[in-house]
Amino acid sequence: MRIRLEKRLTPSRFMQVATPIASVLLTMALGAIIFQLIGFDGPHAIYETFITPIVAPYKWVDVMTKAAPLIIIALGLSLGNQAKIWNIGAEGQYIIGAIAGAGVAFALPNAEGFWIIPLMIAAGIVGGMAWAAIPAFLKTHYRVSEVLSTLMLVYVALQVLSYLIGGPWKDPNGHNFPQTPPLTAAQQLPHVLPGTAIPPGLVVAIVLTLVFWLLTTRSVYGFSVRTVGAAPSAARYGGFDASRTVWTTLMISGGMAGLAGILEVASQLGQINLGFPSGYGFTAIIVSFLGRLNPIGVFLAGLILAVTYVGGQVAQTAVHVPEATAGIFQATMLFFILASDILVRYRLRVIRDAPRVARAEAVA
Amino acid sequence: MNVEAPLRLKLIGVSKSFPGVRANDNVNLSVKPGEIHALLGENGAGKSTLVKMIYGILAPDEGQIIFDGAPTRISNPRAARRLGIGMVFQHFSLFEAMTVLENIALGLDSRLSSRELLAEFNRVLEAYQLKLDPRRIVSTLSVGERQRIEIVRALLLNPRLLIMDEPTSVLTPQEVEQLFETLRKLAANGCSILYISHKLHEIVALCDTATILRGGKVVAHCDPKRETSRSMAEMMIGANLKEIAKPATRGFGRPKLAAQGLSVAKPSEFGVALQDVALEVRAGEIFGVAGVAGNGQNELLSAISGETLAPTSGAITLAGADVGRLGVTERRNLGLCAVPEERNGHAAVGEFSLTDNGSLTGRDRMEMVRFGLIDPTKATNYAAEVIGAYTVKATGPGALAGSLSGGNLQKFIMGREILQSPEALVVCQPTWGVDAGAAAAIHQAIVDLAARGSAVMVISQDLDELLTLCDTIAVINLGRLSAPMKVGEVSIEEIGLLMGGVHGDPAATVEMTEALHAHPA
Repeated sequence: MRIRLEKRLTPSRFMQVATPIASVLLTMALGAIIFQLIGFDGPHAIYETFITPIVAPYKWVDVMTKAAPLIIIALGLSLGNQAKIWNIGAEGQYIIGAIAGAGVAFALPNAEGFWIIPLMIAAGIVGGMAWAAIPAFLKTHYRVSEVLSTLMLVYVALQVLSYLIGGPWKDPNGHNFPQTPPLTAAQQLPHVLPGTAIPPGLVVAIVLTLVFWLLTTRSVYGFSVRTVGAAPSAARYGGFDASRTVWTTLMISGGMAGLAGILEVASQLGQINLGFPSGYGFTAIIVSFLGRLNPIGVFLAGLILAVTYVGGQVAQTAVHVPEATAGIFQATMLFFILASDILVRYRLRVIRDAPRVARAEAVA
Repeated sequence: MNVEAPLRLKLIGVSKSFPGVRANDNVNLSVKPGEIHALLGENGAGKSTLVKMIYGILAPDEGQIIFDGAPTRISNPRAARRLGIGMVFQHFSLFEAMTVLENIALGLDSRLSSRELLAEFNRVLEAYQLKLDPRRIVSTLSVGERQRIEIVRALLLNPRLLIMDEPTSVLTPQEVEQLFETLRKLAANGCSILYISHKLHEIVALCDTATILRGGKVVAHCDPKRETSRSMAEMMIGANLKEIAKPATRGFGRPKLAAQGLSVAKPSEFGVALQDVALEVRAGEIFGVAGVAGNGQNELLSAISGETLAPTSGAITLAGADVGRLGVTERRNLGLCAVPEERNGHAAVGEFSLTDNGSLTGRDRMEMVRFGLIDPTKATNYAAEVIGAYTVKATGPGALAGSLSGGNLQKFIMGREILQSPEALVVCQPTWGVDAGAAAAIHQAIVDLAARGSAVMVISQDLDELLTLCDTIAVINLGRLSAPMKVGEVSIEEIGLLMGGVHGDPAATVEMTEALHAHPA
């Protein structure tokens, strides 16, 4: 008996939806077993990580706050991923976006007008774009793989960040901690929208989800991106330029990461410190794939990943699992979603060996 | 006991299924020693599956293979070769950077010293009067010569049965004649030949018997000498062949599509540069471009469609307007449409629905786009219109292009371009690998489009197709286009010579192919 993979005539829609859900469930099952084996209360750890943030209303603000940047970044990444442009350096664009936006705030410390926040946001977007422009230039002019260049620029961005907060931008009243001074009141957004429990970032994420949905499913641009990813020759034949797609998708994903960065500074932290790069840019890659590159899927996946962030902290205090737990769950989830991807295009078939041909060997 | 010599090959009730298709269904076949036996059928009729089982690449689900009177189970190609079964594939497996002799040595099962191998090689060349220089690098050889390497490789085994899979699709008429001479000699020496083709006049000229397959089943055994091409074609498709209805008197209008002094650098190391191409296609005219594969056909199509831009202005004009420097979309909006050779991945995206493939080229001319958004209803309706008008067999506009058969996808692609009412249409290999029914429909669509006043250019390696379809014909060789000739006034031999049919002469071939494959140092 053997198991054979058989190509499906059309990709399975059922599997497209079922595999991300199965990946989450399998991650929970595997996590429970492993934590049990290494001496924790496995099921309890899983409950605290995956369920508590959903059933406990006081955790919802936390979940939404974490989901917003994940969704915003992952929407941008999904677009590029459709064109098979792999920007894995959103973390770097997120950092540079925050620096650019905060830089505008620090340059105009006395600005009081309503325009300062939009100006900071615009600067954040441009900052993220500028950081993504380097890989775009290298790819279109020298065929440098964007996988390498985007990732390496994350570490450059981290160095820029530590230089600024340890040097020129260091808070004079910060007891020598490496951090910037706080933004002024006029330069900050509220944690949650007044009278509600909804962080402003989530509103942005919801609006952008709809915009990206329209862009990917209806627009000529979204169609061109899909075509470039699926068949580059057909894209050229259809009048779509591959270099232009490299540029636009990297600009959009970089800009989205920059937007997430400045929103995080303006609405949550109020300053930039060493703890600012928290890995949203990397986790968003998981969100993008778990959401199957579909904006609605990305929105839901962003919420799920945010749950693991918040739940990881809950489990830390409740079950005393290590801090890295959430990261392990997230990685396991990516592993399952990528591995189960094959079921969308192939089906498994069990084949029993039953020779029906008379085994008459050749007479040599 | 039979008094005659045993059959070389006998298949009894051989069947093979793949998921969703019964590729061969209870096939019976007999090949006598020294017989040239044609295996005839449309694409998808099961010819390739059948010979793959004989050559040991696939195992039959049911049935028996009897070779030289003994029931045999051929488990792999090596076992087939040990029995004396050789095969020459349609696609060659040669290392471009190695010499002829090195390539042959790599394909051998037994180990020979290079001196022994050279002696054997020369023996085969002499016996069949083939010309091939063992020290030449493969990349400098013409397609005909490359095929000769594969044939010599098979002949070194002293085969008792040689399988030839569509061997003439890449050859000029002169090369085809040379190949036939070799095969006749081989048969005279007692080797049986299983000859796969869908070119019926070749089968009439070469083969002693023919087995016709349709939908995986044997539908007839016949003597090609007693049949006509037409009668065999009808057995092959199982229906009456439709004649192309071509208006007898055809007048041409003003020049619509023209190129002048069009030179384009080669797109890659293995591409071909276009050199000073000039052509003119008038309204209502069907202009054919003949040539052996890889002589610049794809480059010519790209230059005209706009996938590559002309380096200078004025090189390509559409109805007098200079379009050579415009991109694909702009040219298309002016009415210049194109269908490239490769269906999957170039003319269409296999993993996209027919709706999406319709908007791939039809979005602007069919007015599907408003404010940068594609109207999904209009896109679906257009795909449905193409499916209906060109009787494309598909489950509907939502069907994936990759799930269609080659012929149906080609009909969809041709329909998608023609329904956009192009001023000028350029198509490359419109019926390559397409079944006869679909090919006839595509040919009719091309004729009808020209009759409505469009300029049509057909680039094809199938001379028969060009001669039945076109009014004017030119030949492309090494990126140069010959002067146009009137179909009906030009002979096949003349066209063959222009195609580079001098491959029998090693000196001329060296010069020509080295020019073609010259690498910058």
